[in-house]
Amino acid sequence: MEKRIRVLVAKPGLDGHDRGAKVVARALRDAGFEVIYTGLRQTPEQIAEAALQEDVNVVALSLLSGAHPHLFPRVVELVRGKGMNDVLIVGGGVIPDADIPALKDAGVAEVFTPGTPTSAIVDFIKANVK
Amino acid sequence: MSNENLKAKVAEYNAKVEKAAAKFPERKNLPEQRLYTPVDVEGLDYERDLGFPGSYPFTRGVQPTMYRGRFWTMRMYAGFSTAEESNKRYRYLIESGATGLSCAFDLPTQIGYDSDDDISTGEVGKVGVAIDSLADMEILFDQIDLGKVSTSMTINAPASVLLAMYIAVAEKQGVTPDKLNGTIQNDILKEYAARGTYIFPPKPSMRLITNIFEYCSQNVPNWNTISISGYHIREAGSTASQEIAFTIADGIAYCEAAIKAGLKIDDFAGRLSFFWNAHNNVLEEVAKFRASRRVWSKVMKERFGATNPKSWMLRVHTQTAGSMLTAQQPENNVVRVALQTAAAVMGGTQSLHTNSKDEALALPTEDSVRVALRTQQIVAYESGLADVIDPLGGSYYVEALTDQIEKEAWEYIKKIDEIGGAVTAIEKGYIQKEIQDSAYKWQMEVEKGDRVIVGVNKFQIEEKPVEGLLRVDSSVGELQKKKLADLRAKRDNGAVQDKLAALEKACQDETVNLMPFILDAVKTYATLGEICGVMRKVFGEYEAHVNL
Repeated sequence: MEKRIRVLVAKPGLDGHDRGAKVVARALRDAGFEVIYTGLRQTPEQIAEAALQEDVNVVALSLLSGAHPHLFPRVVELVRGKGMNDVLIVGGGVIPDADIPALKDAGVAEVFTPGTPTSAIVDFIKANVK
Repeated sequence: MSNENLKAKVAEYNAKVEKAAAKFPERKNLPEQRLYTPVDVEGLDYERDLGFPGSYPFTRGVQPTMYRGRFWTMRMYAGFSTAEESNKRYRYLIESGATGLSCAFDLPTQIGYDSDDDISTGEVGKVGVAIDSLADMEILFDQIDLGKVSTSMTINAPASVLLAMYIAVAEKQGVTPDKLNGTIQNDILKEYAARGTYIFPPKPSMRLITNIFEYCSQNVPNWNTISISGYHIREAGSTASQEIAFTIADGIAYCEAAIKAGLKIDDFAGRLSFFWNAHNNVLEEVAKFRASRRVWSKVMKERFGATNPKSWMLRVHTQTAGSMLTAQQPENNVVRVALQTAAAVMGGTQSLHTNSKDEALALPTEDSVRVALRTQQIVAYESGLADVIDPLGGSYYVEALTDQIEKEAWEYIKKIDEIGGAVTAIEKGYIQKEIQDSAYKWQMEVEKGDRVIVGVNKFQIEEKPVEGLLRVDSSVGELQKKKLADLRAKRDNGAVQDKLAALEKACQDETVNLMPFILDAVKTYATLGEICGVMRKVFGEYEAHVNL
């Protein structure tokens, strides 16, 4: 049997908006992925450690507070620092278009903004996971 | 016409249109019936179920004159960056005709961390204004007369600290606490269930809340000590009935906690206020507002035996639904907000915040906030919707829907009672799961096209990049850090330590009201993080458990 894709859905920072994270987590699970949800208020260190412990293929970050320019690159840095070079890192939330190029340069593979269907996230992960 | 005769005519009508209607493209999520008639409200008793505005059960509104006495308070939620920047925005809003202030705090403030805490990095001044100490609060309300303005503060876990800072600023302006008007959100249960800015576990959190009820009843009598909030429950994905049911269940839990702490229902119930969402479905929302007043008045009178009519009234602030704003074709949001405003006004709100069109993308600019405020003014002065009280009262459909929402709310309240009340229902994850299920159902309906969101899953265009969004300067964090370093060097640190030690001791004795101790600490310029740190040490922190 083919190994199932494992995804860590994570909420970095202090943001409490988790409607999107929970909806995405459930949609990924319904699409056949194994999903671990961190809950709120995770530091980048905690997220990187969880990614390692859970041996995930994908880290999906959700943030609506505006702290993404600091927190997303920090998560990428720590995940890569732990040797997880193949882990696909994606992000979503209230993220202005203007911020997306810098996040991609920092190693976030894709950024999903408000109104994105969950199927688009599923398709992206399937096409890009290693 | 007799009812039997009318029922036959309704059946005749339905048979006639059935065929024609079948050709109409199917739309999901419609009311069961296409037409409502007197048959649907045959059980309605005017005096028992509706009554007069200002009279039990308040279906038609809490004040006798409603908007024929005065309009609702036009209260725009605002705050970002530093106290200096936010003070400018508040004074702009007052000059533009806003009649109340509403403070948004950044996340570190809402969770009781100072701006120089490691965990605050990247979050300072982002979703609201950064407040670290009384010094910031003095700047925030500079040149704003706290004896005249009414101020709402969206603050929950550290509500006691921000209220103490507000009282202290007022004192410096020469305004005594009994002259203060405003609201603190102070609703921790919905933080656990839907909004996420909790700090302490439920027991000490409920203590802090009842301490505030007691302190204000004696010292700040015109203050709304809590804003029991359905807004965020709805934003998290609940239905209209769930919004009012879960919120009223929270309200019941607060009353029970206060009574257990020795307070009398009529001593604090008149200062309880509520916070509803104004969502997209106009008529459903109007019915929700009406139903919520009826449910709460019955809870207060029949369950708690309140005898003061003020205790029976569900007074409500409303905000238009942020989660219904679209990032796509954002100018369409102006229309959504106008319809939501219509719903809140026909629903009889006491106060209203209207969202700005750019809020699916960023905090709003001054220009877009002005359009949002003007939307309220147009509805108030031009639309006619505020000309008579409860204009939809008596509509067959709205009355039937009001009954239905009330019925669904009672079913949930009964279920939560069976679980052991709102606190237990939240600890068991029941309320969170119900909200999540509704959110997921909504999302799947949108993705299947069963629910149309204009510009998102139908009528899309090639989106142009949006220009002119508000950006919070990332130097705010550094600026706040510097202000804090100066403060810690300048203040009387001996006095700070004394008052923090006194607070710590008070925290350890459950019978002590913490408000005077917090006020003492605030006045020495102890920081929010230091004060919450003491409470964290004694009370511990809440740990959430999520069932997807």
